[in-house]
Amino acid sequence: MHSIVLTKGVPDFREGQVSFDEDGHLERGKTPTVMNPNDEHALQAALQTKVRHGGRVSVMSMGPPGYGDVLQEAMESVYADDLYLLSDRELAAADTWATAIALSTGIEKLGLPDLVFAGFKTADGETGHTGPQTCWALDIPMITHVTELSVDSDERRVRARRLVEGDVAEVETVEAPLPACIVVDPEFESDYRTAGEQLALKDLRETTAERAVEYDQHLTTWDHSDLNLDPDYIGLDGSPTIVSSVDPIPKPPAEREATMVDPGDEEAMGELFDEMAAFSGGA
Amino acid sequence: MSDQYEQYEAVVVGAGPGGAAAAAKLADEGIETLVLERGVKAGAKNVSGGLLYAEDSAPYAIDNLYPQIRTEATERPITEYTIQNVAGSTVKEYDLTRLHEHDTRWSDAVLRRKMDSWLAERVHERTRETGGGLLNGIKVNGLLREDGEIVGVTCDEIDPIRAEFIVAADGVNSELARDAGLMNWDEPEQWFQGVKATVEAPNVNDRFDIGPQEGVAHLFSGDLFDGVRGGGFCYTNVDTLSIGAVFHLDSLVESAAEPHELLNALLEHPVCSQWIDDPYREVEYAAKLVPDSKKVAHPDPQSDRLVLVGDAAGQMQAQGPIIKGMNHAVTAGALAGEAFAAAKRRGEPSSAGERYVERLYESGTMAKLRPKRYERLRPIAERERTTEVVDRLLESPIGRFGVRALDATGLLERLYSSPFMSMSIPDTQTPYVTLPTVIAETLGETVSDDTVVDPPSLEQRIGELTYDTDIGNPHIELLDNSVEASGAAVTACPVSASEFGGGCYREETIASNGTTKNVVSLDTQPCIECGTCAVVADTAWEHPSGGRGIEFRQG
Repeated sequence: MHSIVLTKGVPDFREGQVSFDEDGHLERGKTPTVMNPNDEHALQAALQTKVRHGGRVSVMSMGPPGYGDVLQEAMESVYADDLYLLSDRELAAADTWATAIALSTGIEKLGLPDLVFAGFKTADGETGHTGPQTCWALDIPMITHVTELSVDSDERRVRARRLVEGDVAEVETVEAPLPACIVVDPEFESDYRTAGEQLALKDLRETTAERAVEYDQHLTTWDHSDLNLDPDYIGLDGSPTIVSSVDPIPKPPAEREATMVDPGDEEAMGELFDEMAAFSGGA
Repeated sequence: MSDQYEQYEAVVVGAGPGGAAAAAKLADEGIETLVLERGVKAGAKNVSGGLLYAEDSAPYAIDNLYPQIRTEATERPITEYTIQNVAGSTVKEYDLTRLHEHDTRWSDAVLRRKMDSWLAERVHERTRETGGGLLNGIKVNGLLREDGEIVGVTCDEIDPIRAEFIVAADGVNSELARDAGLMNWDEPEQWFQGVKATVEAPNVNDRFDIGPQEGVAHLFSGDLFDGVRGGGFCYTNVDTLSIGAVFHLDSLVESAAEPHELLNALLEHPVCSQWIDDPYREVEYAAKLVPDSKKVAHPDPQSDRLVLVGDAAGQMQAQGPIIKGMNHAVTAGALAGEAFAAAKRRGEPSSAGERYVERLYESGTMAKLRPKRYERLRPIAERERTTEVVDRLLESPIGRFGVRALDATGLLERLYSSPFMSMSIPDTQTPYVTLPTVIAETLGETVSDDTVVDPPSLEQRIGELTYDTDIGNPHIELLDNSVEASGAAVTACPVSASEFGGGCYREETIASNGTTKNVVSLDTQPCIECGTCAVVADTAWEHPSGGRGIEFRQG
């Protein structure tokens, strides 16, 4: 069973990591790049498939050469076997369409796997298009919003539990023949209910701990000529999306009035305590 | 449906020394062996005194099965062994090295987290080669039965597993032993409770005047513990000391004594504090329930495909100054593995249990756990009247004269060092309190020490422990919250105390309809899973799920 997981590097939006300029624009240079958090679920789904059915997991991304770190993170997290980075200037500034064209070409070059996994939306673009568009380009069945997954490797079918319209309240179970593309929902939970699966997982952890340290030995980088792609159909030139403008979201005004009190000011502190005393009845 | 359950040739529950020994033997016989350990790491749930012995007379010792263990996972070999008889500030020391070395090939001080996790790695390597392996964080919660017969185990985290052979090495509070109806936890008199502090001691060699490959074990008895029957110990590790005390649980309950305070009494006494660095720094507070093999070692610890090994079978020998548990668990585990391999070779896998028990007797293991001499003398020696007469005689001028006379000829020290005598010691006040006190009063010298040991409060001790609490899913249920049924837990629980609200058990006054009533309440968050309350209170007691609850770092 061969799985390819698509992943993307995104700015680390966590408090203390992310940096904005005065106009509220993201400062890319000052903000570290991390693996898109939602992609973790896609990786876990691929890992579960590998633990249950054997085979290998490849991770593919498109981005600048610095994305190696992101792929290393993927390797550490799910013991991936090999890593692919599609990277050169001609591929830069692509929209989801142009990205999907490049990714699907990379996947075909690698050989169509049994399963292609993608995460649900990226933390920066939030479109949720790239996975489905790549799948469309590969012309294979797609199941989105997947929360549970089982593969019948003999019958070559995949069965998935999915959220209808992305709503937790409504679920359905669907099947598709392999190869298929799975867009994994953040609600996805891996499930290792047998000792055999847990032991296989432990084996993977032990054998790949060292591999992730020297991840670059398992990393293949392809540029547009490796993929035999026409620069007119990729990167900025191949992107039909036009972003007319970006409006920063204004900060909501504070609803409560704040009074600053200097803790050294005994009188002010006394007044504060008097004011608080009314609320200190233990209610 | 049950046909679809995963199947292994053998399942070992618990990766302590007993489980590790069973797994080694099974794996070496090429048997596909799955080992399931509840702790997030092996040793995270384990506490021992702890001295690990290798006996000359035993068919197995841990280094037969894991040759590198002494260089890689134990602390120090014990080369000097004493008992300190204490009365007030007077102390009389007897050298017990001869007793200690009797039948002893070696004995090392150990810390369980380090040793057990080292063992677990080897266990995994060896069992993996047979198609099995070791999994951490899996709690086995019961037995899988088909048509009333035990055929496997059920777990919290994974689906049921069938096996031809099941080794319950899941410790003193074994869920499997209880499920099989082989063990119960009814009588406090069948148990000891141990409490221990692991204490920083960077200068062990200087303080004890020993080399790096030498170690000391001091035992303490006498009037240290307010009349509670029990004794103390101090063992040297690489750069820490294991200082603790072991009490008869019935005596602890009777006196409503607080175990942590008794431990403090030992730590603060000059006979002990003289070995402790100033300032006092405690690395870990721990406690454990200890079965008394004389009374509870199961005479036939098997049922269907299940065998019990180690503490789960009550195989903990505590007779006077002889305290041996882990070595017997190792022997039992290896014998269990051997028994199943032999049974399988003959095409009679179902005979493994009986073969295991035969081996326990033939190897002399059972005779050590349940000495005949103790059983023969017990009806006389443990009668209250006998104890009273002997104690009064000992305390009388005649008794004191006798003690002096015996000591002058060296006979008393020799008697103390006699393996024969130690196998006969009754569980009464006399050997644990009265005799050592009289010896110290009559023959002892005053000890003094400038070290001020200021032990942490119980609250601080609990605060220093590591927990992964299973919030909203308490593993102990208080079935009867009346003070009569469960009040003993408030003092006997090592992480509870009367007048302390931060422990597991506390007494509360509830007022309703104009009347007030005292009841016992329980919060399992600070629980260290020793099992004391399961014996002294009315509870439904289970372990927390795999990886949850207390995580000992020293053990």
